[in-house]
Amino acid sequence: MSKGYFGAFGGAFIPEILHQTFSQLTADYEAARADASFWQEYLELMRNYSGRPTPLTYAENLSKAHGNRKVYIKREDLNQTGAHKANNVMGQGLLVRRMGKTRVIAETGAGQHGVATATMAARLGLECTIYMGAKDVARQRPNVFWMEQMGATVIPVTSGSQTLKDAVNEAMRDWVGSMDETHYVLGTACGAHPFPEMVSWFQSVIGHEAKAQILEQEGRLPDHVYACVGGGSNAMGIFQGFLDHKEVELIGVEAGGLGLDGHNHAARIASGKSTVGIAQGYKTYFLQDGDGQMRHTHSVAAGLDYVGVSPILADLHDSGRVRFEAATDVEVIEALKRMVKSEGIIPALESSHAVAGALKELPNLKEDAVVIINLSGRGDKDIFTIADALGDAKWKAYIQERAAIYAAEKGEEA
Amino acid sequence: MSRPSALAGTIKAKLDKQDILLMSHIVLGYPSLEANREVIKAMVENGVDLMELQIPFSEPIADGPTIARANQASLDGGFKVKEGLQFIREVVAEFKIPFLIMTYTNILMAYGMEKFITEAADLGVKGLIIPDIPLEEATDLIAQSRQAGMDWVQLMTPTSQDERLVKIGAEADGFVYCVARRGVTGGKTAFDDSVGTFIKRCRVATHAPLAVGFGVRSPEDVAYLKGKAEIAVVGSAALDLHVKEGAEAVGQFFKGLRG
Repeated sequence: MSKGYFGAFGGAFIPEILHQTFSQLTADYEAARADASFWQEYLELMRNYSGRPTPLTYAENLSKAHGNRKVYIKREDLNQTGAHKANNVMGQGLLVRRMGKTRVIAETGAGQHGVATATMAARLGLECTIYMGAKDVARQRPNVFWMEQMGATVIPVTSGSQTLKDAVNEAMRDWVGSMDETHYVLGTACGAHPFPEMVSWFQSVIGHEAKAQILEQEGRLPDHVYACVGGGSNAMGIFQGFLDHKEVELIGVEAGGLGLDGHNHAARIASGKSTVGIAQGYKTYFLQDGDGQMRHTHSVAAGLDYVGVSPILADLHDSGRVRFEAATDVEVIEALKRMVKSEGIIPALESSHAVAGALKELPNLKEDAVVIINLSGRGDKDIFTIADALGDAKWKAYIQERAAIYAAEKGEEA
Repeated sequence: MSRPSALAGTIKAKLDKQDILLMSHIVLGYPSLEANREVIKAMVENGVDLMELQIPFSEPIADGPTIARANQASLDGGFKVKEGLQFIREVVAEFKIPFLIMTYTNILMAYGMEKFITEAADLGVKGLIIPDIPLEEATDLIAQSRQAGMDWVQLMTPTSQDERLVKIGAEADGFVYCVARRGVTGGKTAFDDSVGTFIKRCRVATHAPLAVGFGVRSPEDVAYLKGKAEIAVVGSAALDLHVKEGAEAVGQFFKGLRG
């Protein structure tokens, strides 16, 4: 198997103009990986800046409600900026410094990866530009606000559908013209080699910690590990702690959206409706039509609404090591409410997919089962979407009051 | 060492009569196949020597905003690959210039790689330009394409190191597509010494004719390329004009390009 492939998936399908950049990045990444002091520097930074190790919290109430099957939550929500994304961006940031580059770019949909990248750039003193679809800029103002406060330039992309896909194209255009001083911080374990492998490496910190923690707390390995899967970086992160232990079942939960019957979901593998293709630099399962055009996808969680999936996970599916399931938007909202009420933990909508997947299966697991759910991020960012989904009248009234105050201020200025 | 090909032969024969050839680019189905037919006619009648027909793809990572938008608009308008290939069959029969298909790997993959190559050759297409598949991944496809009697056009870029240019040049069929600047299609390129130096690097690396594209927009740009390259490629500039002023204006634009 040639470099950058995982079974039949992966590779580097990039325009020739980027060949040299990817060659150099691969060489720099491999050198860093072979240098034990780089990983030590990374762990040190994550310890002092991002709050690692994140706890493995015993979910006592959820466990009791399920006949003492034991549920543990890996708390990636407690990272700096509130998600596992910090692991990847800080790792790539250290690599950027090692490469001697001075600027980073990234694209972002819901804004979380943009916030994480802007945070890293602020901390490491790098110039930062974030591309974001104009529609997403309008929808995700709180994230744009923080990116700008941290000194990043946020560029609203007005071409095409004005969403993530167009932001990706625009970031790529920037990179081909600026590669000497700029690194493109990819947010998930997808794209051309070496990104899937590199992002998974930085995220593997989750799995290594979780394994040590469960051994300490339970004296044994878990029976099942659940993680949500968009691109797949948090899943790759936690799964890597257990991949070699065949007795641990690994479950990836995709976005079932409005259901798997039509096209309003992003369940690439669980739906059985994807086919192998080559796009966005790599080969994997894509939700595409017969002509090879990528389909529209949907999820209540913007971070899971993605048309491809990590080539590493595609391979782990084909080899039978990871089982894939889907949770619908409705199931996800229910799971979120349950987690908030019973444990006082607010999961991100993305992470709530993993919770929903686990809650669905818990009653059928053996009685002394030990389960870990990877909580990839916290849900504060989703307050608008969640409040909408819950139809919370008090929240709506509050927003209307704020809007009235701003409208009055504007009237006074005019 | 470049291989003898029908396309290279046609290019050499045309160069006996003119100092530089013009290659244009259209996106199939944008704004419609009917409008494509009209603009192809205007281009051929006004001296375009070769033409790239782009089969739209939803993720055109090597294209700039103008062509990316055209790709999306064509797909939104209901473009289907099968109809596109039928259209290509018709224009290849009607207009006597070499046509090439430009598209992305996934379009071939969804259609069936081998089937696509065989059918394209049967349609009379002279070459394929697939910008998102690197040389290392394309070995089998290059061989299949040659076997079908069609050229696999390689790209050389300013960021390719000399040894890589030689590697690419050794596999070159028909002509080599030289990307004049770092960036995607459609932006402005300053045609100056740096472009000249890059073209010289490409020339050393291959015996195949050189086509220079990305940012060729004016008679001055084409004049700069005369004597340095065999083919000037004009894409986004004509597409912009077609949308704003129609097919006739595109014809006049090409007529004026050679100066």
